[in-house]
Amino acid sequence: MAERERAATPPYGGVFSARSQVMDAEDLRRAVTRIAHEIVERNHGLDGVVLIGLQTGGVPLARRLGQALSRIEGVAVPSGSIDVALYRDDIGLRPVIPEAVTDIPFDLTGLTVVLVDDVLFTGRTVRAALDALNAYGRPRAVQLAVMVDRGHRELPIRPDFVGKNLPTRIDEIVDVSDDGVDVGEKRATGR
Amino acid sequence: MNHLLSIADLGPDGIEEVMRVTDSFVEVSERAIPRVPALRGKTVVSLFYEESTRTRLSFEMAAKRLSADTMNFSVSTSSAMKGESLRDTCQTIDAMGIDALVVRHSSAGVPWQVADWVGCAVINAGDGWHEHPTQALLDCYTIRGRRGSLEGLRIAVVGDVKHSRVARSGVLAFSMLGAEVTIVAPPTLLPPSLEGWPVEVSHDLDSVLAKVDVVYLLRMQAERQSEALLPSLREYTARYGLTADRVQMLPDDALVMHPGPINRGVEIAADVADLPRSLITRQVANGVAVRMAVLFLLLGQGPGGGTDARG
Repeated sequence: MAERERAATPPYGGVFSARSQVMDAEDLRRAVTRIAHEIVERNHGLDGVVLIGLQTGGVPLARRLGQALSRIEGVAVPSGSIDVALYRDDIGLRPVIPEAVTDIPFDLTGLTVVLVDDVLFTGRTVRAALDALNAYGRPRAVQLAVMVDRGHRELPIRPDFVGKNLPTRIDEIVDVSDDGVDVGEKRATGR
Repeated sequence: MNHLLSIADLGPDGIEEVMRVTDSFVEVSERAIPRVPALRGKTVVSLFYEESTRTRLSFEMAAKRLSADTMNFSVSTSSAMKGESLRDTCQTIDAMGIDALVVRHSSAGVPWQVADWVGCAVINAGDGWHEHPTQALLDCYTIRGRRGSLEGLRIAVVGDVKHSRVARSGVLAFSMLGAEVTIVAPPTLLPPSLEGWPVEVSHDLDSVLAKVDVVYLLRMQAERQSEALLPSLREYTARYGLTADRVQMLPDDALVMHPGPINRGVEIAADVADLPRSLITRQVANGVAVRMAVLFLLLGQGPGGGTDARG
């Protein structure tokens, strides 16, 4: 299948070359802590709140948010992960492939779901996620937490909790890792 | 990948990719409403020139769970009865604007021919004695689900190897993933040549059973046997059937598999098929998820490139 070709070309493969770091590990830690406080404040505690990380970048971030929330409130927040590949609106237009198995081991009906992703860009992934969540129940509310909002929205979607607003060019790549947030470009390998 | 015709086309990396993606579709299948919108607007047609229960229904269910539209072509009610050729039939269906053709035929090689004639994706759902790739994929997936991997496993494939497309695809796939395969059959039920088959051959089931991880029983294909290859079915069962006595000879964790339909009392004793170590119904359940993965990998892939996936 096309996996090997895909692995060699952007945006899947290729080499990410960072041009500048916009957040370091400490900035990231503080942003996670602040977002956690905002989640508690907005929901008047953590009653009925669950975290769902979007595969793949949102999953480690959801884990960190969960740890921060339990430090603040002293309770464990149920969390899961969701892969939205099968709900995307660009299936057949570009290579789409499930990256990981969705893991939501509880019924979402009546709960407040905080969707967590690393970067908010066009909003299409979030739209797919809202569609996918329906398969797991009818949440009381869905909120969106992202580390970076880079603009260029193509759908009427806005985040509830943001680590950093970062204006970007449309062809730039924003990379979020445990070490911080970098902006740069991706180049095909071998060029 | 444009078509799925044989296991060799996939190779070990392709098999691994199908199995990895299948994990996601197993999760979908376990939901209260096991349906995703992934292939909305796509049309999958099954073109079966040979009878089938599980493969045809399995593909149809897989396509429906992906929200594709499905159509069935059954030879007995079609223009094939008026003498329309295979080629004209395929091109007529293709001209209606379909996305995939699932083909079963009693002659080896038909899916390759069909793939040459049509513009849509072609999936081989069994061609004569030749190949049955989705069966091999679901068998690999089922073994992997119990054992984590096929690497180093000893698998005995027992029975009518000569007429078995399941054996051809299965043996190839198992050995690609690192299993050691032994074929156990009476000489009359072996293919004329086993050259190039990555297998050991034995004619003595009892000597093999004690050291296998998986016993894979094949169906006795009476409908394909044009001559007397066996003295009698009773004699076959006595020497090659998985009877209750023989099950005792298996290691405690050995698994029993069969592609179905099973001839209870011939290749497998009636109650053996229902033992906890028998994966026969698991195979059928996994078959739907594996075929969802195959359909999605064939029909859900775009021309490549495009914009950033993030958003």
